Amino acid sequence: MGKTVLMQGNEACVEGALAAGMRLYAGYPITPSTEIAELSALRLPQEGGKFIQMEDEIASIACAIGASVAGVKSMTATSGPGFSLKQENIGYACLAEIPLVIVDVQRTGPSTGMPTSPAQGDVMMARWGTHGDHPIIVLCPSSVKETYDLTVRSFNLSEKYRTPVILLMDEIIGHLREGMELPDPEELEIIDRPTVRFPEPKRLPYHMKKGQTVPAMAPFGCGQRYNITGLIHDETGFPTNSHEEAEKLMYRLMHKISDNYDDIVRSEERNTEDADTLIVCYGGTMRAATEAMERAREKGMKVGIFRPITIWPFPERELKKLSGKVKKILVAEHNYGQIVLEVERIVKNDCKVDFIGKVNGTVITPDELVKKLEEAE
Amino acid sequence: MSKTELRLTGSGGQGVILATVILAEAAVLAGKYTAQSQSYGPEARGGSCKAEVLISEEPIAFTKVQNPTLLMALTQKSLEQYTKKLPDSCRILMDDSLVLPENIDRSRVTALPILRTAKEEIKKAMTANIIAVGAINSILHLVPDDVLRSAVMMHVPKGTEALNAKALECGLNLLERQQETKEGAEREDS
Repeated sequence: MGKTVLMQGNEACVEGALAAGMRLYAGYPITPSTEIAELSALRLPQEGGKFIQMEDEIASIACAIGASVAGVKSMTATSGPGFSLKQENIGYACLAEIPLVIVDVQRTGPSTGMPTSPAQGDVMMARWGTHGDHPIIVLCPSSVKETYDLTVRSFNLSEKYRTPVILLMDEIIGHLREGMELPDPEELEIIDRPTVRFPEPKRLPYHMKKGQTVPAMAPFGCGQRYNITGLIHDETGFPTNSHEEAEKLMYRLMHKISDNYDDIVRSEERNTEDADTLIVCYGGTMRAATEAMERAREKGMKVGIFRPITIWPFPERELKKLSGKVKKILVAEHNYGQIVLEVERIVKNDCKVDFIGKVNGTVITPDELVKKLEEAE
Repeated sequence: MSKTELRLTGSGGQGVILATVILAEAAVLAGKYTAQSQSYGPEARGGSCKAEVLISEEPIAFTKVQNPTLLMALTQKSLEQYTKKLPDSCRILMDDSLVLPENIDRSRVTALPILRTAKEEIKKAMTANIIAVGAINSILHLVPDDVLRSAVMMHVPKGTEALNAKALECGLNLLERQQETKEGAEREDS
């Protein structure tokens, strides 16, 4: 057990990343994610790593991809405007299978919006922002401590499945300071990518041995020469127009995530045993929902909470189990209705789905949630 | 209710965010639960600034102020803006250079010379936030003074420890000094 320290969500992200083995941060500062860059600049040299501020967000993710190809665990952080710019290279990392953690601390509005205000408007973009079918893992913390834990988990999943992982934060948690018990880094489970350490001239870079989830990766610089491309490629790493190879690669990319649902998908349930109304929320919205649930229960209403922790792939099996038991679901999110669409798709006619959203730069309050719950009674 | 909800307001650059960070740090050191957050415009200095800190014996779910225990205002603008919608139970701590809006009941207000003390006694206007932290603790007794001293030392730049320690002591004594002065004045009157 570590000692309890006062920490900001953004700071917890950096400490979690370092504990997970991050040794390169490349970024372009943007509110409300700037503290991640600031603290990385201070802490990485202390841990033998490198911090680099690039000329923009595109170069930042490109730099992090390059470092990861060289075998270094890498991260970049940004907010909505920068997240838009990073999309192209997220797709590249998905297809080329390069482990990488991208943090998006969401703020209000499209375009440059309201830099210092909270929102959760990038949820669908995190899933589909880069073009073409692609697998993606997106995690969403609702406290400072969980930001630390999920940053570690982002690196672990990214290494294990050789895929970019998005840590989707929001300003509520990014800028929140609260006490958190700092774990002993030695007690953490840290996963490293399967690695080829010495050159094997005949090895095919994207060949998978039996029992492997992903091909082992040879760090650039170790002496193994191979091609990495954003074009559809075969096991040699070189582009191909073969439809069979395209089918094979796409199937493998999608299924390395979907076949490992149980390992990747996490959710939290509160008071769902006897609940007839379920609040579905994620990230910082959980804080208002928790208080609203407690107050509603004091008034005799049977309210529970379902919270996706892994937001993509969405924990649909867990939600489906609950939707058959409750009368109503209230989706609360800081946008005009994004996850509610996914909830409706999963729930279908099991129960009624209601929605409360906010996009004016303020947070949904427990009062507003309780009122909404009472209206529906 | 064991939850204390503080809203500190002023203009960017006055250090109101740091003041809430110090109070949050003190709460953690004292073994309490806390949540600190802030809101400000895109500009770093000059814009209006609001920072909040909750302190509780129980875990804190919602992290923003809903039912403020105390509002502090260091500028006229923030005093006028944030006293508009205030529950009757909320105390107001304001710098005594400010003019209280007419609709506010004086009995809930504590006016202390926070800015003047920083400028004239500490000779460093920037220490106003540390003085404020001391004054708040003398009003609400959130944490033992020693714990607050440690928290201040954890968050001030190297080389400014003595200056800020002095500012904190001034802050801790402001209320008492004011009451003594008042009593003195009353005695002279009678």
